[in-house]
Amino acid sequence: MTTAEKNIVLHVADVNKSFGGLRALTEVNLKVEEGKVHAIIGPNGAGKSTLLNVCIGRIRPDNGHVLFNGQVLDEHEPHEINQLGVSRVFQTPEIFADLTLLDNVMIPAFAKRDGAFKFNAVRAVAAEKSVRDEAEYVLQDVGLYERRFDLAGALSRGDKRRLELGMCLIQKPKLLLLDEPTAGMARHDTNMTIDLLKRIKSRGMTKVIIEHDMHVVFSLADKISVLAQGKIIAEGLPDEVRGSPKVKEAYLGEAHQ
Amino acid sequence: MFSNLSSRDWTMFLIFSGVVLAAPVLFQPIGAAYPAILQKFCIFGLFAIGFNILFGLTGYLSFGHAAFLGVGSYAAVWSFKLFTMNVVPAVILAIIFAGFFAAVIGFISLRRSGIYFSIITLAFAQMSYNLAYSVLTPLTNGETGLQLSLNDPRVIDHMFIEPGAGLPRTNFFGIDVSGGGLSGFYFTAVLLIIGFYISMRIFRSPFGLQLKAIKSNQNRMRYTGYNTRPYLIAAFVISGVYAGLAGALMACTDPLAGAERMQWTASGEVVLMTILGGVGTLVGPVIGAAVIKYFENIFSSFNDNTLNQFYSFLPEPVREAFVTVSGLFVGEGWSLTLGVVFMLIVIFLPGGIMEGVRRIASLFKGGNKGDGNAAVSGHPQAAE
Repeated sequence: MTTAEKNIVLHVADVNKSFGGLRALTEVNLKVEEGKVHAIIGPNGAGKSTLLNVCIGRIRPDNGHVLFNGQVLDEHEPHEINQLGVSRVFQTPEIFADLTLLDNVMIPAFAKRDGAFKFNAVRAVAAEKSVRDEAEYVLQDVGLYERRFDLAGALSRGDKRRLELGMCLIQKPKLLLLDEPTAGMARHDTNMTIDLLKRIKSRGMTKVIIEHDMHVVFSLADKISVLAQGKIIAEGLPDEVRGSPKVKEAYLGEAHQ
Repeated sequence: MFSNLSSRDWTMFLIFSGVVLAAPVLFQPIGAAYPAILQKFCIFGLFAIGFNILFGLTGYLSFGHAAFLGVGSYAAVWSFKLFTMNVVPAVILAIIFAGFFAAVIGFISLRRSGIYFSIITLAFAQMSYNLAYSVLTPLTNGETGLQLSLNDPRVIDHMFIEPGAGLPRTNFFGIDVSGGGLSGFYFTAVLLIIGFYISMRIFRSPFGLQLKAIKSNQNRMRYTGYNTRPYLIAAFVISGVYAGLAGALMACTDPLAGAERMQWTASGEVVLMTILGGVGTLVGPVIGAAVIKYFENIFSSFNDNTLNQFYSFLPEPVREAFVTVSGLFVGEGWSLTLGVVFMLIVIFLPGGIMEGVRRIASLFKGGNKGDGNAAVSGHPQAAE
């Protein structure tokens, strides 16, 4: 458990966040080790999504800090955080609905290459062969290559999530945050997504995953933190968490009914 | 520079250029083939193309684009007064001033989006309009408008030629390009074609794609590593430059600039043109501009005599009824016709005239389409 501190990619340190009178996060501490899949579980309203929002700069913590490879994230703008190497899959897919799948995946690739702003108005998109090849490769990876010329808005919910995952993967992020990547998916789609996430597990990318589906959590996670009412109540290897009576009471019990 | 466009785009570009250059012949049957109105089509076409780069690609609806048109006009007329009647420096100056002005206004107004952005741009345009009438009178000559006069310095011209008796006319290295002449039309036509080409390149470039993505989902853009503000400002400046160019060309056809060019009605007009033609399509805005200018100039010139002639095949009492009813829609009432046409198009063809063209085209392609559907949906913004 006591791994060297330098292997910590994401360090959430004493983060507090309230919305009006509601304490969403209370003294949250979280250390995510490099290359690991770290799952955060907890009942609805436990503050899981708020925690991810703090990490990507969507909301600022009241106090405490989020450190990414030693850099303080909560002072940066969302686009800067992404440029540092943090990508996120949202709970409701955030995609470019009226563009094609190929364009959807190419846009993040341009962002990675060109930084926050580059005036790229002379060359045609069609001439950006290497970016296009990369995008097609990623679309094959997420199983959407055949539909690359379709509009993203026409995809099913499960496919939208996989597209969004592809949009994150093409950026080769150091840290990938996944907010319920299989919510609302049929069993078949869920298994496909698990397979996909397992495949990219070997690529040395660190992942933080929020998930309701225990089947997904226990097939992927290296480490699990349990969040309830804005507090981390348990943390450890999957088997340890599964056995913890505290966790059963707070969360697993209701999920296993 | 000339590579990278698909053959489909080249075909569209060549057809567009062909139609524009052959307009003095092609538009004869509809009575719009004289250079003065063709020049208007081109100028407002440019204005709408530029507006569409902002509105069509990013979805930011500016309600103050006429301000840049006005700035372009004033800059051009000042160039005629101070330097030379040659239109090239006038056009360049107009572009620089309009671009600078757009950068300032864009920098401030792009802090907001949606309706707030529209209102801020509208406020800026109305402010410019009122300033031109009041405080800035030394620059704009207030209500009279900025005009040429015999004792203008015109330093560059005076170095080479003796001033003639009357007011000089605008020229392009000796060729008279002032309003009403065929050479004047071809000067604007060439600029329209260049402007169209540049807009096409922007649409097909990564920059264009990024702008479309901002329209589609600005949040995702931010979490994807884009700082969207510089992209929006760049688009705003580009469309401001187009408006400035259009303003300069107005001054070239008639070297006079008045504040009414900046009024909100003028800003609204370009919105109508773009929506009527097809937002986000390449040729749509030009068609929209031409249709509106056609109604304004041709329909408004119809009177009861023309109607009587038109209905001359009908018996007297019926004819009178017809003339009275349709009289409401022509002459002074041309804007009524325009309003009706606009409503019909927005209700039945939300994508504008270009959507109608696409629907008709797909009707003809109809049966033997097969998997063509995928290819069509692959280019949702494309316009043939």
